[in-house]
Amino acid sequence: MRAVGVALAIALAIALQTTLARFVIRGTVAVDLVLVVVVYSALTNGPVTGLLAGTFGGLVQDSLSTGVIGIGGLAKTIVGFLAGIVGTQFIVAQPLPRFVVFFGATVLHAAVFIGLYELLDLRQFGAPYAAVAGQALGNAVVGVVAFQIVELVPGAIERRRMARTRTRR
Amino acid sequence: MSHVALVDIRQRAGYLFLAVMLGHIILISAQVNARSGVPVLEAVTFGVFAEVQRGTSAIVAGVRAVWSGYVSLRQVRIENDALKQQLAAAQFDLQEQRALADRSRGLEQLLDLRDRASLRTTAAEIIGAGATPDFRTLTIDKGERDGLRSDMAVIAPAGVVGRVVVPSGRAAKVQLLIDRNAAAGALIERSRAQGVAVGAGDELLRLEYVAEVSDVAVGDVVVTSGIDGIFPKGFIIGRVEAVEKSGGGYKEITVRPAVDFSRLEEVLVVVSPMPAAEAADGSGQ
Repeated sequence: MRAVGVALAIALAIALQTTLARFVIRGTVAVDLVLVVVVYSALTNGPVTGLLAGTFGGLVQDSLSTGVIGIGGLAKTIVGFLAGIVGTQFIVAQPLPRFVVFFGATVLHAAVFIGLYELLDLRQFGAPYAAVAGQALGNAVVGVVAFQIVELVPGAIERRRMARTRTRR
Repeated sequence: MSHVALVDIRQRAGYLFLAVMLGHIILISAQVNARSGVPVLEAVTFGVFAEVQRGTSAIVAGVRAVWSGYVSLRQVRIENDALKQQLAAAQFDLQEQRALADRSRGLEQLLDLRDRASLRTTAAEIIGAGATPDFRTLTIDKGERDGLRSDMAVIAPAGVVGRVVVPSGRAAKVQLLIDRNAAAGALIERSRAQGVAVGAGDELLRLEYVAEVSDVAVGDVVVTSGIDGIFPKGFIIGRVEAVEKSGGGYKEITVRPAVDFSRLEEVLVVVSPMPAAEAADGSGQ
């Protein structure tokens, strides 16, 4: 059931990515929603879910792009697995540690992704430090906000319901 | 039972990680070419099995040689070998003549295509963008059913958009000219200086291989030269934004694309003349 939820979240992320990216394609696209979902799954469910989510999400992204199928999958697998280990070994329950994890995960993902392409002499990326930093920042903000929404919304709805019940009495 | 298996997998996360990584490496190796131009996986597999085949073949050939050379009729074998060699030489000559004829036909067709001035296009609507931020692609709502093929040029009223890279039945993926792997033959409209417009991965293009002595100025219009066999000649790519001297015999030229890729909604796919590669393939069949 959890696997289905993660798969659906990745599918939704890809749908959003392909829809939203169209409107920001001119500048540097600052968010990789699939990576956000992979890190989120890893932090909440552990390394196995993280690596499987990374494999699935990365391979789907690879198959939809014009690059080599497997490079994005490998990068996201590593990131998902390590993020899952971080989630189980450390307390990552506050916005700041989560921000750091999302930021670091994006940098690691870019290092593996770009490194493999450069190593295999398939693409030249130059010095994409600004682009990677921008994407890491974007992913970290989206990730932290996603955590906050998931954690705060159910409580807020419950409080609102309770308040309404009191008013009626 | 399934719960026990799940717990088992979770306890062996490291093994699962290694297995998945190995799977990815095999997958990548199957697609990436070695120095010989063959996929790495194929090269390694072929290399291993070739040695097995070599050994097996040597044993079989030895047994056959003993049998046919000494046990069987000796003279017949020698005569047969000579005839086989003659036949192989004749077949080789035939292949060579056929290849020459095909090549001539292909060149004739290409020249014929080049002479056609009018382009046949089909309009397509953009239905999506690339799934990953690292590749600049778009998805359009026309595919092979509408006559689209790989390497067909995609243009907009403002200028060149890119080329079709993956056509499916009812949709096609378009690689934008600003993608890092994209390139198009280009020339400066005013001075006719030739170069290659290459995607930089962001919103700008680089015009490469323009000689240091060429006449290029900021604001010059860059158009397609048509030498790549994909983009028809004379379509606007963009305007020169910066010109610098690199010192390596070529200028460093930055070009701002004429097309605003963030506001594209509809494009035109040039379905005729067909891409040069296809034309060459077609003539070879």
